[in-house]
Amino acid sequence: MRVASGVAQAGTFFAFCLDALRGLGRRPFQVREFIQQAWFISSVSILPAALVSIPFGAVIALQLGSLVRQLGAQSFTGAASVLAVVREAGPIVTALIIAGAGGSAICADLGSRKIREELDAMEVLGIDPMHRLVAPRVVASMLVAVLLNGLVSVVGVSGGYFFNVVMQGGTPGAYLASFQALGQLPDLVVGEIKALLFGAAAALVASYKGMTARGGPKGVGDAVNQSVVITFMLLFALNFVITAVYFQVVPQKGT
Amino acid sequence: MYPTTDGGQEEPVGVEVRVEGLTKSFGGQPVWRDVTLTLPAGEISVLLGPSGTGKSVFLKTLVGLLKPDRGSIMIEGQDLPRLSERALYEVRKLFGVLFQDGALFGSMNLFDNVAFPLREHTRKPESEVRRIVYEKLEMVGLVGAEHKLPGEISGGMRKRAGLARALVLDPEIILFDEPDSGLDPVRTAYLNQLIVDLNQQTDATFLIVTHDINTARTVPDNIGLIYHGHLAMFGPREMLLSSTEPVVRQFLNAQRVGPIGMAEEKDADELQAEAAAGVELPPLPPIPPQLRPSNGRRRRGERVAGQWCWRNGVTPPPGSFGDEVVGVRR
Repeated sequence: MRVASGVAQAGTFFAFCLDALRGLGRRPFQVREFIQQAWFISSVSILPAALVSIPFGAVIALQLGSLVRQLGAQSFTGAASVLAVVREAGPIVTALIIAGAGGSAICADLGSRKIREELDAMEVLGIDPMHRLVAPRVVASMLVAVLLNGLVSVVGVSGGYFFNVVMQGGTPGAYLASFQALGQLPDLVVGEIKALLFGAAAALVASYKGMTARGGPKGVGDAVNQSVVITFMLLFALNFVITAVYFQVVPQKGT
Repeated sequence: MYPTTDGGQEEPVGVEVRVEGLTKSFGGQPVWRDVTLTLPAGEISVLLGPSGTGKSVFLKTLVGLLKPDRGSIMIEGQDLPRLSERALYEVRKLFGVLFQDGALFGSMNLFDNVAFPLREHTRKPESEVRRIVYEKLEMVGLVGAEHKLPGEISGGMRKRAGLARALVLDPEIILFDEPDSGLDPVRTAYLNQLIVDLNQQTDATFLIVTHDINTARTVPDNIGLIYHGHLAMFGPREMLLSSTEPVVRQFLNAQRVGPIGMAEEKDADELQAEAAAGVELPPLPPIPPQLRPSNGRRRRGERVAGQWCWRNGVTPPPGSFGDEVVGVRR
């Protein structure tokens, strides 16, 4: 029974995603709602993302710093930092922030509209919430995730640079020069693709959970909680799959 | 007393809603089954029932927000549960729905809320939108509050604003989900009067879902009672108010004696004990006169007081209809 309901929920979520996709294709696209949502999601996610990525870059620099010096490979600190931040930390931090800040806000918003019967009212007034509310949120979340990934990469690498050069006495030139030693441009591209998919997944899960919330204010709280947990798991799984595919498809340096 | 026809050119307007064999269940638990009723065009009907019997579910099924397991809902020759999504959105334009708490959009002020359907569905210029919105706001007595957000006003005002929004596309069918819940008796009286006046002005088909028996006794032309997962009775107001059917009688007169218990229906033992104890049912109270439109003219759906009783040979309880004992005297 419980297994069946889990499968059924996965099924309805998939159907929901297809509906959302259809809503995306419908004209006119809700530009106003899209801009409002993109602005809103970035306003709740930019600062936490930057604040998380600074220590992330710093931790990598600290971890590598002494190790690399013992091996006499200081000139590779920059390379390692870029590799770690752009390939892994960037998408992961983006995923956490998009799911935790953006997704929870979307879920809470749609959930409270659901229990106040606003969504029912909208449907009765002849307006499809999938087209009107969900589609602009998904696109906004995707856009913000891509931009956020760029921000996290830049801030993370700068954080690493600051710690390596200022705190650990590394050479600025070596740090910058080694950027290309291990990393390559496709790393950044795949990072952005990851962010794009994370943004879509987070917004879809949040919208689905919000729009199926039931049972009053407590139901909204539960929905937000579930949406964040589910999104985390989904994004980490997605991250693994994309990384595995990427390593198979794109030849790596230094192998 | 008042004329029964206005020269014979009265064509019934509004839309008839025919529900047949409607069944709905949630997770294997039936909410109600085989509900069959017809909401007559242009008349006011009330759907009553104890709390938790799925009255709101019925209302949501009627507008296609929930899909029934079986049965049909015929509106203008279309079967609602079998329509494609696109066609369903078209049919919904016939409907105006007042949700329990008004269901206003929290991010818009009252003016934008009421204007929303107009801006979405019509290409009317803004000046025309303004005129219509103010007309509807005036109808529900909210002029002056149009720039407030839904969060800033009382529940009664939210309800009235929700009603204004439901009316703005001139719907043919208007559904009210517990219009009197959470309102004080005075506001309820005003709202009931507003409903009757609106029915006179628009000739739309009205369905009110409620458990307020005062509303049910005085406002509608027809009453339905949902009880224990089925429609116990549906028919003209006077038919139910003069009925001696135990469930109908108990509910419409708010008595403890009868098949409805505190938690669920009473079981056979309890009923037997009640019968054995010789609990005498109080006589049926008189049928109150129906609420009339405030301008004194009659509604199209209105029937002469006592007409049903007289035609069906039923003697209404003494003192019924106040002074207007028209039908009975005949």
